[in-house]
Formats: sequence, C-alpha cells, structure tokens
Amino acid sequence: MVAVATDFETVIGLEVHCQLVTKSKMFCGCSADYSGAEPNTHVCPVCLGMPGVLPVINEQAIAFIVKTGLALNCEISPFSKFDRKNYPYPDLMKGYQISQYDLPVCHDGWLDIEVDGATRRIGITRVHMEEDTARLLHRTDPVTGEGYSLLDVNRSGTPLMEIVSEPDMRTPAEAREYLVRLRQILRYIGVSEANMEDGNFRCDANISLRPRGITAFGSKVEVKNMNSFRAVHDALVFEQKRQAAILDAGGSIPQQTRGWVDERGETVSQRSKESAHDYRYFPEPDLPSLRFAPEYVAEQRALLPELPDARRRRFASLGLSEAEAATLTESRDRADYFEDVSRALALDPQRSAKLAANWVLGEVGRWSNTTGKELAAFPVTAEALAGLIRMVEDGKVTSAVGKEVFEEMVASGRAAQEIVESGGMGQISGSDELRDVVRKVIAANDKAVDDYRAGKEAAVKFLTGQAMRETRGRANPQVIQDLLKQELG
Amino acid sequence: MSDLWRLTAHEAHEGLRSKQFTAVELTESVLARMEAVEPRVHAYITTTAEVALEQAHQADARFAAGTATPLTGVPVAVKDLIVTAGVRTTAGSRILENFIPPYDSHVYEQLLRAGAVMVGKANMDEFAMGSSTEHSAFGPSHNPWNLSLVPGGSSGGSAAAVAAGECLVALGSDTGGSIRQPAALCGVVGMDPTYGRVSRFGIIAFGSSLDQVGPIGRDVEDVVTMADCISGHDPRDSTSNPEPLPDLRHYLGRDIKGLRIGVPKEYFIAGMEEGVKARIEEALAVFEGLGCIVDRDLSLPSTEHALAVYYLIAPSEASANLARYDGVKYGYSDRSHGTMWENMEHTRAGGFGAEVKRRIMLGTYALSAGYYDAYYLKAQKVRTVINQEFQEAFGRYDVLVTPTSPTVAFPIGAKVDDPYAMYLNDIYTLPASVAGLPSISVPCGLSEGLPVGLQIIGNFFDEPRIVMAAHAFERALGWANRLPEL
Ligand SMILES: [Zn+2]
Repeated sequence: MVAVATDFETVIGLEVHCQLVTKSKMFCGCSADYSGAEPNTHVCPVCLGMPGVLPVINEQAIAFIVKTGLALNCEISPFSKFDRKNYPYPDLMKGYQISQYDLPVCHDGWLDIEVDGATRRIGITRVHMEEDTARLLHRTDPVTGEGYSLLDVNRSGTPLMEIVSEPDMRTPAEAREYLVRLRQILRYIGVSEANMEDGNFRCDANISLRPRGITAFGSKVEVKNMNSFRAVHDALVFEQKRQAAILDAGGSIPQQTRGWVDERGETVSQRSKESAHDYRYFPEPDLPSLRFAPEYVAEQRALLPELPDARRRRFASLGLSEAEAATLTESRDRADYFEDVSRALALDPQRSAKLAANWVLGEVGRWSNTTGKELAAFPVTAEALAGLIRMVEDGKVTSAVGKEVFEEMVASGRAAQEIVESGGMGQISGSDELRDVVRKVIAANDKAVDDYRAGKEAAVKFLTGQAMRETRGRANPQVIQDLLKQELG
Repeated sequence: MSDLWRLTAHEAHEGLRSKQFTAVELTESVLARMEAVEPRVHAYITTTAEVALEQAHQADARFAAGTATPLTGVPVAVKDLIVTAGVRTTAGSRILENFIPPYDSHVYEQLLRAGAVMVGKANMDEFAMGSSTEHSAFGPSHNPWNLSLVPGGSSGGSAAAVAAGECLVALGSDTGGSIRQPAALCGVVGMDPTYGRVSRFGIIAFGSSLDQVGPIGRDVEDVVTMADCISGHDPRDSTSNPEPLPDLRHYLGRDIKGLRIGVPKEYFIAGMEEGVKARIEEALAVFEGLGCIVDRDLSLPSTEHALAVYYLIAPSEASANLARYDGVKYGYSDRSHGTMWENMEHTRAGGFGAEVKRRIMLGTYALSAGYYDAYYLKAQKVRTVINQEFQEAFGRYDVLVTPTSPTVAFPIGAKVDDPYAMYLNDIYTLPASVAGLPSISVPCGLSEGLPVGLQIIGNFFDEPRIVMAAHAFERALGWANRLPEL
C-alpha cells in the first residue's frame, strides 16, 4: 500500500498554570515570595498539611483572578466554590489539592491574537483558582548511586491560576502567539510575573490532527514539560509531524500524555489515558462558597489598566507606525514610560509621540539591549529624558551631542541641562570659533575640496561632517556650511 | 481534702476562690485518683501530670493576682484529636502514635487562656470513627459504671474520665453522636454545639462538615462553663460563625414554663430498650410537671435516612482528610519496602485500623466517577430535606426531646465485629449532626443499673433554649454529679 500524505488540520488547546504575585499564600499567611529562599523556610502547619489545620481564602488572589477573567473577556460566575481534587503524591501535602471543579470563578472569555497580519479570536474556556504543590528535587547519592528525593515545601499552597483555552489554535505559531499575548496581559494587569523559565507560568498543550474539512476532533495528545515558548512551539511542530506520519501510515493516535525532552527535541510517552486518575472531586467543606456581587466585579473592572490591544490602537492613532505601537506596548513599563516622556514634552500630541517614540525605541531600547536590563531599572526619569529631547529640538545641542549627553545622564544621573553647561557640550554657533576648524578641514581634504570646486554638492556634506567630527558634534552645521562656502568661495 | 476530684468544676471554682484548697491540691487529688483507677478505666492515651502541675501552679498565681476565670485551676481531659503543642496527639491512631504537634488548636488555646489544667489526652475511637472506643489503637476504655462495658464513643475516654473522677470536665468532639452517646452511656452531660460555634482549627478532621468540639461534664453548669470558654469566632476556621454569641451561663436556672417541646415519633422505634423508653417517658412527665407543653404529634419522616446520609458524607470527607497520612512527613512510617509507593501503601496498611480502612473505602467509593451523583450528591440532597423537616418543626417547637441512644452501655466486644449494629447505636444522634443543630445529652436515670441519656435538640445557635431545658430538667430530677463507685 502506498501512503498518501493527507492534508491535516492541527487542533491545539492550551492549559496555562500561572502563579499569582500575592503577598501571602492561597490559604495561609506564609509569604508567597519564596524565590531565592532556603528550602522549607516559607512554611507553616497549614501549607505543610499537618493534622487539624484549615484553609482560609486569600482575598487578594480572588481579586487577581477576577481581574484576569475580566481582562480575558470572561464571565464572572455569580456563584463559585472550591473543590477537593484527590490524588496521592508526595508533593501534595494534604493528599488532595484545593481546586475548582464545576464552578470556576471565570468562564467563556476570549483573547485575540495576530499571526501573519490576520487576527484570530481564541476562546477561553475557564479560569480557575487552585493551590500549587511542593517541589520534589530528585537526587542521586554520589557514593551509592542510589536515587532519592528531597521535598521543598516553600511552593506548597501558593496561589495558582489555571487558564484553559478552547481548542481554537491551528498552528504552533498561533499557540506561541497566544502565550505571548496571555503573558503580556497577565503582566499588564499585575497579577503574575508570568515567567516560563522561572516556573511561574507553565503550559500544557493538547494537540490532535484531523483531515481538513472534518469537524470531529482526532484523539488528542497532552504534551507536558515545556519550559519556554520556543519549547512549546517546537514540541507542537514535532507532534504535528509525528501524528501526521502515524495517521498517514494508517495508524491511530492513542490518547496519552507525552513529555517534551528539550535536549533530544522530541516528545516521549509518559502515561496512557487509560490509567488516568479518578480525582473524586467534591466540594471543599472547609471553605465557604464564593458569591460575586455585580458591584464587586465592577470595582475590579475599574481597577484594570488600559489593556495592550487598546493601548496599541491608541498609540497608532497618534501617528506612530503599527510596528512602533506594538513594540512600545509590549510591556506596560515601556508603554508607561513612553507616555510619561511624551506628556513631559508637552508639544503637539503627535509631535510629542513621535519624538518620545524615537528616543524610547532608539536610545532607551539600545540601553536595554546592551545592559540586558528591564526598563524598570532604567535610571533616567521620563521628565529628565524629555528635558534632553527638548534641548535637541530647540537646537541647544545637536542630536549627536544629545546621544552623548544621554550616555552621561545614564551614567551619572545628572540632568541634561547641567551636563551640557558644565561639560562644554553646548552647540558652537560662533563663526570666529568655527573658522579655524573649517580651515583645518579644508587643508586636510584636498580631494573633497577639488570635488567641491568641480561642482559636486556631495562634497559639502562630507566636509561638513568632517568639521562636525572635529568639534565632537558640537558645531552648528548651518554655520559650518556657510563658512565652507566663504573659505572656498 | 482527698476527695476533691468528686467536685464539679463550679464547686471547685468556689473552693479555689475562697482559698479552701489550691489548684495544685485539686490537681494532685485528680492525679492520685487517676493513679488509682486509670489502670482499670483506661480513659487516657497520654497522661500529662507534669504539664498539669505546671499549669496548676500558674492557676494558683492567677487566683493570687485576681485574674482567675471559672475554669482556672480546673483539671480537664482533652480528647486526643485536639492538637496540643508539645504534647503527643494521636487521634487514637497508630499512624500518629509519635506525632507531637508544633502548634495548638483553637480550643486548647482557649483552655490555656482560661487557666485550665490539662491532666491528659483522652482515649477515643481511631479518628473518631466508632461508638465504643474499641477502635482505639491504644485499647478500649471501660465504662466506670461497669468495667466490662463500653463507655460509648468516639469520645468514650473523655466521658469515662469525667464519670471516673479522672478529671472534672472534658473536651470531646462530635461528628455523629461522639459526645452525646458516650455522655449518655457514662451518666454525664455532653453538648454538641451548633456547627460553626466552636472553631475546628487544630481538630484532627474526620468529617469536616460535621465535626464539632464540645464539652462533657458532671452537670449542665460545668458543660455550659466549658462551652462558653471554647465558643466564638476564629478567623483560622472559615466555617466558624462570625456573629457574637451570648454567654450560655445567663440561661442557667431559668423557669421553662410554657416551653414548647416536640417529641418526634420516629425516635421511638423497634430496637429501643424498654428501660430506656421508660426513663424517657418519665422525663417527658418531668417536663410537663415543669409547665412545658409536650407534644408527641410530631413526625420527622426523613429521620431514618440520616444514617445513610451520614455514612456517605462523613466517610467521603474522611477519605480525603486521611489522605495526608502517608508516612512521609510525620507519624508512623514503614520504610522497609523499597519504593516510595510501596512504603506509602505499607504505612497506611499498618498505620490504620480496620474501621478507618472501612470508612476510607466507603468514602472513596461514594466519590468515585459514576457513583458520585447516586451517593454523595444524593446524600447532600437528603441532608437538605432533613434540615427542612427540622426547620418546620422549630416553627412549632422550641426544642425537641428524644432518647440519646437506643440502649444503655453494651459489653466490650459485643458489636465490634458487626459494624452495622455499631452504626445503629447512633441513630438518635445522627439527624441533629447531619443538620448541624445543637444538642445536649443529660442523664435521666438508670436502667438495669446503667445510665440513660435524654437528648434535647435546638435550632441553629439556640443553645440558650437547650441549656434552659437541660438545666431545669437536671434540677427537677436531682441527678447531677452522680458518680459510680469504682
Ligand atoms: Zn503556610
């Protein structure tokens, strides 16, 4: 039999687990910020699951999940509750996880993504609240070679939000873009650091293939263990090919969980769905149910910042390009900084936006790239940067000097005005001071002088440039040009 | 002075206040009594003489400083599922045989605040699953009225300690009758407060939606004193009632003329001993004599379903509550079997007793995929119906009066191999538990030389009325603080 390659459509749904940046854990008073802490130092009887302890709901976590739901265009359930999800595992301190089963806090939302210029709306099935588990660290005894495990309970009980998408994505690129957008929103609304590499943003993917035109879903494979957006993308590409090859060869895809092995660039079978757990969910008797009054939801909605999509559209309406608007709104910090600079410039709004964008995307962006630091660590205030931009605009310094002043501002934290005044960086416009420079340039560039005399206009630009270099950019180029014409006249 | 252990807590308080004796003397008297009778009664899993004497010294200092409370210096027994920092807390289970908690339960904190003296951790059925204390991993307690009989359970150690003079007053816990039934079988008073009145923080969980800590004492006044001490809101328990509660002691000594008493006919069924029936009939006559309106024309038709509801909900919750005991973090751990999973299995196999395993299996089954709707969910619905029937009854009556148990104390060994017969012993106490209502058991005389208990059930947070009724009844009967000879 000859295998004929079928035209398959890929169906992808994503489940994202994301840790919230609350002060305390989900059900106890321990600090949730355990990064860098010694193992088992952020623990108490409650998150250790000791006998007789009881959970108390973290109000901030509930506010965060409601905000998340609203940012993802979800309905907020008027009535919600917690359930116990039962499964034995040593990292689960109580032997059950407090989670949500049939009444999640948020449901039926969506998130728009853009791939290759086309917008796709990805459905959000639900967003629910649960607690994170402890961490198992697997070790090998260096002497005996025996394996053993250590338990770090710091993570146990930290608030975890699960965001489940509809199976609406059709390519690995869409899946990656969904994650990028989701992370952007979570960071914008300030509920999560959403860092995949740090483990506070985790993604499992469900992927199946079906012949194009068929509406029924193929049997799905759940892929786990992906630690970066790139890994998610690559794992899905791998699965696409693997499943297509099996189907093309007349085989069938068993429902199973597979793990991504990054070093080998492949997925491997972890367990089949037949042995899946029966979690025996039942309502958590230790906690009251949650009732969300419309007033409370409205309050949380009012606390939402302008979201990335809306902000990008608004920036574009100020005359910035789509690309500029998109880059400026990538992070809330950058967009905020851009707006602060723009506001401090206090020029015509479009002019302010253009100038602020040039500097924030140009010099500030370069600073970020070379230092590898986030904008939050940028030492120059928006007001100070606006001061510099205004000096360049007013012709008090050339743009070349402006860049030097910028470096100095970053290094010293001093204001532009002060640097220029004390450091002799102001523009030189006096013809007496510049005449010597011009003569020196003429003497040193015979070829260009000949070209000029032969009527080549480009030679003026070259000679002007040389004069600018001599003055380290401080010369007024207009005065230089006038002097050149006089001297060579 | 040597018989100080015979005093009720309020009598002892008077003696301490008027300096007739010290808290140390009172405590020493109880400790001596324990030495004399504990080998025969076995009311305790752990005795805490050192802790007790230290606390007694502090209590005397409080009397000297004028900061004493009604429980200061009073020797108490604490059921061994109530977590006590630094003092072994086993819940009657081998799986916690060496568990020394690093934190206190809310109720124990309240006892410490009041200046009470803890003389020991009382015996109980393992994880409060049982009605006789025969399911304790540390051996059964014996009924002080007849040592060959059970004291009831699961708070059998607490009730036996009170009746044997091994403490003046005790804390127990009630999930389906675990305070009231042993109180009845030991001839003492026991109260199961409204669910939410007493914080469950630090109470080793059995059935989370049913568990409630309550007092056991030699008379209603002692039970009320203890109830007032442990009641009130605790932010660490989200099911604890945030409303302020009136002190129950204000309701002692009240006239109950005109009190409307409903007597549900479903509580007078086959299986009830004649002697028990006779004492209850006499008790109803006592209430009539006190000017109460006793109405027997009350039917609570869903009463018979309370047993099934209870044995679905409590084991379901227990199956999750007991999942944490895997030998990894604390308690009994069998690590001789190679892999982690094998060790966990053997730890649970060796650490839990037969009744606990039975209930974990019951609960696991009831929650399983495909059975949840038919069992757990259905049970919750019937629970609502039982509740509604009670609410209708409380539209017409102030309190309901029933027997506490269909039988008097039964011989050790008689029912231990017949779980269903054992479960039936709780049929009168289960409905109020399932509904979360407050109830109290007071002695109403003897049948064949053994105590019979009368149960008074009130509406939610209407402890005041059951206290009024119980106290008036106790005075009319003249039965308080009657101790068996040992
Ligand atoms: Zn904690």
